[in-house]
Amino acid sequence: MSAFDDAGADLELRQITKTFPGFTAIEQLDLTIPAGSFFALLGPSGCGKTTTLRLVAGLEEPTTGRVLIGGRDVTATKPHERPVNTVFQSYALFPHMTVQGNVEFGLRRRGVKDAGARALEALKLVQLDHLAARRPSQLSGGQQQRVALARAIVNRPALLLLDEPLGALDLKLRREMQLELKAIQAEVGLTFLHVTHDQEEAMTMADTVAVMNRGRIEQMGSPQELYELPRTLFVANFLGQSNLLTGDVVATSGANTVVEVGGVRLSIPTARMQRTSGAVTVGVRPEKLLLLTEEPKAKRGVNLLGPARVTDVSFTGVSTQYQVEFPENSALPGMSVFAQNLVFGAVVNPGAEVWLSWSVDHGFGLADAAEPGSSFAAAEADDTSVAVAAGES
Amino acid sequence: MTGRFRGWGVTIYSIVVFAILLVPIGYTVLFSFNDAKRTNIIWRGFTLDNWTGICDDARVCGAFGASILVGVVATVFACALGTAIAIALVRFRFRFRNALTILLFLPMATPEIVLGAGLSSQLVNLGIEKNLVTVIAAHVMFCISFVVVTVRARAASLDPSLEEAGRDLYGSPAQVFWRVTFPLLLPGIVAAALLSFALSFDDFIITNFVSGSAETLPKYIYIAAARGIPPQANVFASLIFFLAIAAVIAVELAGAARRKRLLRAG
Repeated sequence: MSAFDDAGADLELRQITKTFPGFTAIEQLDLTIPAGSFFALLGPSGCGKTTTLRLVAGLEEPTTGRVLIGGRDVTATKPHERPVNTVFQSYALFPHMTVQGNVEFGLRRRGVKDAGARALEALKLVQLDHLAARRPSQLSGGQQQRVALARAIVNRPALLLLDEPLGALDLKLRREMQLELKAIQAEVGLTFLHVTHDQEEAMTMADTVAVMNRGRIEQMGSPQELYELPRTLFVANFLGQSNLLTGDVVATSGANTVVEVGGVRLSIPTARMQRTSGAVTVGVRPEKLLLLTEEPKAKRGVNLLGPARVTDVSFTGVSTQYQVEFPENSALPGMSVFAQNLVFGAVVNPGAEVWLSWSVDHGFGLADAAEPGSSFAAAEADDTSVAVAAGES
Repeated sequence: MTGRFRGWGVTIYSIVVFAILLVPIGYTVLFSFNDAKRTNIIWRGFTLDNWTGICDDARVCGAFGASILVGVVATVFACALGTAIAIALVRFRFRFRNALTILLFLPMATPEIVLGAGLSSQLVNLGIEKNLVTVIAAHVMFCISFVVVTVRARAASLDPSLEEAGRDLYGSPAQVFWRVTFPLLLPGIVAAALLSFALSFDDFIITNFVSGSAETLPKYIYIAAARGIPPQANVFASLIFFLAIAAVIAVELAGAARRKRLLRAG
């Protein structure tokens, strides 16, 4: 217990199931997080991500399955016997102790000799050593957050657990803290397991993101991989927005698979499709679409949809978001296009006739089919999370 | 006109209320200095003998000591048990939790005379001798409810993740309790202790039923009132009054000093 590996330790979850009276929070979860990585568990409220974190910390016991830290089975051990520390969502700073007392707490419980000096060092790392004598109630939200972080990393745990640590901060401060957290992780080299419902936060900070839904991991990979090649409907919609189209596979030509949607043939790289037969849902990200005011010539390697009508234009600063519909082809759902603002203002106005095209390479095919009528389902992470952010168990 | 009249009305009303409140206390304090011969009803002249010879009447002194003993022991037991119950009620879900809550409120709602009579007949039935031990047991019984209510309010306002943080930061269950839970509950426990001591110290009705030949101060004064209360009783009453006032002032001063210190630090 005295000396933890400075590079952190592997975390391995084997066949974890956790049931509470009335519902199953986690189902048959297998997960390995390599030492030294910054790993994010991303999902909506109630998806089981916080429960997973609490299982690792020892604050909950799995119904079945095992938890291994650095190869050692810790399933049966109590929280204070695990080389793991948590930054709680509410920070959970002890109000009756000074900042210094808070940071020293873990060191003193383990009987570390120079607890005071080490605590100050950790406070220096988060640039709060000048406030060591204060009480937590005298600090701002951002400062409390950093004290909570210092209190955890001062112990050099094999694994640092972060439970939505930035949720209570305002947007600007959250951005700053994201960068700071990442810098600190690089500096101390510990294994970070970060739980969040904020897809942008997960993508900015983590090396590897696992998207969780209903107690299962839907997909795991680097942020770029998850975004560019989502494998399931949930990932395609939870991580950014997607334009999704459902149709039948009609042919395979070379490296591409042809899917017919509402009489239009679209090519998708076969390697980027999870299924290549029957009814499939394919998609493309809104920023990959080109908005054209004239019908272009058909070209190899480019998918074309149109004519379409612009129904809504919203200016968001760096880009403009266009909503389009296909009045002449009711089988095609409405779609969304993000165009970078290379000129001042919108390129077209609502009501304009447009064509949409995108490079075949950018398409992807999902493992599960979209439910009829909801093929255009753009779920932004923040919408789903704000409503029930507190209800996570 | 009406404004001025209303102002006067409030002033007169306040004076009357305070007079009614303070006259008996003032009387008690004043007559602790009375040079009483046989009865302490008529003013016979100023003397300090009652204060200097505080234990001249051994019965008063003994009764006072018994009351302090009962109050302290009952408070310690009631606070220990009540705090444990309060934490259990807040932190854990278990069968009969709601039933237990109602049961805990029963002693507060039941008239003391009924409780006292009931306890008395139970003790007789069981053949238990009535003495200070039975008094303490009875006091613990009715104080527990007040402790649970007071401490539970405090415990419910605590963020459960504070204790989880303690466990997470290598604190064993005992360390988490003494270093995190207990200090955070302490204001509630202190309030509960003051309340139960006050309740125990001046309880007469239940005490009278379960004390047998043992005498506490309220019981002694009640009995003595028939023949004439010795001035030493006034001395003890005044003493308690001044101690209570001093305690309140000390708490206020300490609070003000702490606020000042925090303000300066902030």
